Amino acid sequence: MAALAEVRGEQVAREDLVMFVNACFSCTGQREFYGDARGQSVSIEFLHQYILGNYRRLYARTLAAGINHFNQAQIILNLLASGSPAEVLDKAEEGALIAAALRALPPQRAFRVLESLRGRRINNRRARAIARDYVHGRANLAFDAVKYRSKLRAAVSHGHLKLEGELGPFLFRGWKKRSFTQPLLETFRRAHYTQEALYELPYTVAEGLAVKHGISREVFLQRIEPRLTAAERLRLQVSAARGRGTPPPVDLGRASLTKLALYVLALSPEVRRERHAELHAALEQAAARVLRRAPSPLQRVAAILDNSYSSSGSLEKRRRPLGVALATHYLLSAAAREYRAWWTCPVEAPLLVSARGQTDLATPLLEALAWGADLVVIVSDGYDNDPPRAVPELTRVFRSKLDPKHRTALVHVNPVFDAEGYAPRSFGAAVPTVGVRDAEDVPTVLGFARFAEGAASLSELEAYLASRVGAMLQRDAEGRQGHDEGRRQDAPLAEEGES
Amino acid sequence: MTDARLIQRLEPAGLRLAPSQVWGGIRLVPVLRDEVRGDLRMTLRTYDEVAAVVSVKGGLKEPGLKYISYVPHGLVMTWGNRQAEAVYGTQLQAGDGKRLKAGPFSVRLLHRMVHREDRRQLRMLPLHLAMEGFLSLQFGGPEIAWAEYSREGLARGLDPRFESSVPGWASPMLDGALRTFEIHPRQVGLLLFNADVLLSAFVVAHPDDYRALHRTLVEDFYGDLLLQYGFLGDAPEWGLTLDDARVSSLEDLRNEVHRMRQDWADFHGFMAGSLFGASMTSTRVYKAGGFLLQRFHSSLDPAEENHIGEAIVGPDGTLEYLKTYRLSAAQTRRAYLLSQLALCDWHLEVTAERLRTTASDLALRLRNAGFGYLLKDSVLEAAQRKHRR
Repeated sequence: MAALAEVRGEQVAREDLVMFVNACFSCTGQREFYGDARGQSVSIEFLHQYILGNYRRLYARTLAAGINHFNQAQIILNLLASGSPAEVLDKAEEGALIAAALRALPPQRAFRVLESLRGRRINNRRARAIARDYVHGRANLAFDAVKYRSKLRAAVSHGHLKLEGELGPFLFRGWKKRSFTQPLLETFRRAHYTQEALYELPYTVAEGLAVKHGISREVFLQRIEPRLTAAERLRLQVSAARGRGTPPPVDLGRASLTKLALYVLALSPEVRRERHAELHAALEQAAARVLRRAPSPLQRVAAILDNSYSSSGSLEKRRRPLGVALATHYLLSAAAREYRAWWTCPVEAPLLVSARGQTDLATPLLEALAWGADLVVIVSDGYDNDPPRAVPELTRVFRSKLDPKHRTALVHVNPVFDAEGYAPRSFGAAVPTVGVRDAEDVPTVLGFARFAEGAASLSELEAYLASRVGAMLQRDAEGRQGHDEGRRQDAPLAEEGES
Repeated sequence: MTDARLIQRLEPAGLRLAPSQVWGGIRLVPVLRDEVRGDLRMTLRTYDEVAAVVSVKGGLKEPGLKYISYVPHGLVMTWGNRQAEAVYGTQLQAGDGKRLKAGPFSVRLLHRMVHREDRRQLRMLPLHLAMEGFLSLQFGGPEIAWAEYSREGLARGLDPRFESSVPGWASPMLDGALRTFEIHPRQVGLLLFNADVLLSAFVVAHPDDYRALHRTLVEDFYGDLLLQYGFLGDAPEWGLTLDDARVSSLEDLRNEVHRMRQDWADFHGFMAGSLFGASMTSTRVYKAGGFLLQRFHSSLDPAEENHIGEAIVGPDGTLEYLKTYRLSAAQTRRAYLLSQLALCDWHLEVTAERLRTTASDLALRLRNAGFGYLLKDSVLEAAQRKHRR
């Protein structure tokens, strides 16, 4: 009896964790096509509290599982809010994980976490130490003081941090009080009075000052162009073209895969047709780059890609499910030896895809199975409605009658979090469902899929997380070493890009 | 007479039902058309006024029979052999009727429910056409001056006659259901169920027109059940099962999925059984080219579901346009009482016998149904006294 209870307890723990990691891959607390933002944030908040209360060590280790930035930030905040664990080993590991995760976050998100410490009134010794280490570990704090001014100010005042040199007076006594010897701070001061100085500031800071000086948008965009980061360039393409100006030149080959896919989907069909070769090459290049980082050789792969109307996402996540599907298409076609894709609503070329029509996953799935794939990846939000819930039935019968030996692996990759189910909506027990936010994570989540299927035990899951923790901490240590060396060589005022 | 094309029994010829999509208590069933003729197109014409006064008889500003309602939009149909490009937003809107300012509001005067605007163009007010037909049932009142009827009832008939209904936006669920609905590529129509009760059917001739008109369904009016049953729980999202025993190859699996689709279509057909396949009484409204515009109502028996609606039947008998409204129980009762009275030449005693009741009870029933103004006060008072005793 006791053994049975133990087995059951282990099963519950595994299911809880899989559910949580899946949610952390996909959910961002934003509105989805079927669910509103409120429901999403309540649901994910509950999950965080539940896992934190019951499986604290694993909760911390989830930071290393490759989950999305929103949930990393939530985990860091929740861990810092609930004091440090009693055991010395846990304490050390958790602290190292938090510090490493914070350093790995894009700076704007990391500073947002530090700012939220104030908002949530978290001010214990560990939180202060984490904030101190992060701030002092920054390569170019003067740049941060200009670009993330209010956030850095909040972190410094909340954590009682000491800043060296002119930064303290710059943040707290007001930049008007004096002139600065640090060139960037001085530029920021001058930019309030002269237009010329403005163009040496980061774009987001200069944007507000340009309005103050009454500089027209066209002129501003043209002159600030050298200071734009890659992400900003991509973001400005459409809005700059709308305002008669010429969009800043962008190196599409350098953009990240999912962002590039979303950019392509935002273009009108005519433009996409015109620039087909260029966009196609850029997407292939981006996919190849992802695979260089995380190689995942696959054999005969079929992709079922959902381009039904619900993949248009929401106002907050415009076309994200469709963008993930398109990016996954390029990623899998680069990774697999043989590859074929089926869209729910057939398209003449993948680049010209649009969110239209009903979700008929059964027909393409049957074709993919008939083609004889050894891995079938379904990218869908989990709502199949033509006929409703046909995929769970289809896969169940396929598994039990036609493929009991698991010759064909089925994976459902879901970019949408279902608030009511506390997990991405699934297609029943025969298909493991994994959440995903960016297509870049697909190699990671394909590795995670065996846990979602229920084939692996809790100890394996723990080992998997522990190995990811080890890798993450090692990466962080290497990064810091290189970083320190770089600092010793007195790094020039390098511009830091948003990622 | 083109009686052959008048609807006796509503048959969805050339149409096919696809599996439903559920949102809360609302179930939307797509109606698909495999063969699109393309010679009948519809566009939307919006009216921004708080009310519209449609002159059913007589000129725009002359005295005569009027139909007054909130009319947010009308439909403009064009037909002909040439490919009619009537895509929403590509045509200039001509002035329609007259617009009157009334303080902070404005009112639109419209000429007739169905108005020929051009050689191959017709403007109509969807569903108001059917509702007007329903309101004008037995509108003339008693033809023989029986002693029980009031002077007004004898002189003016049922005038003024009114019914109330619920606009689509009164139900927050309907808006969500229409927003998240995924339109099929060949879809030309929709069956709307609330708590799995058929409220309305809407079918047009061309898929592109349907796509343009889809969101206007939230502006149309529906029966009381939209609100009343809106308080019931969510409609279940059924899933059908496949039969393991019949599957031994992928081909079998394909056939089983096909069967599943067929089962869905049959089941939705069954759910809409009170409309499709039910016998209808229809009257011809307008003949436009080969197309016959007509309005119809079902049996008006209080024991059954009852629908009123309008339809266009093509030259070859296909259903090209359909819009229906489900009558509430009270509305059915009113129509039933009037039709029974009319059958007995408005004689109270005879009608009471037919309904197996007494004349005084019938008088009370008439009053409760809202037709007290037809009877003399003395008759009503006597009936009330009798009832109290």
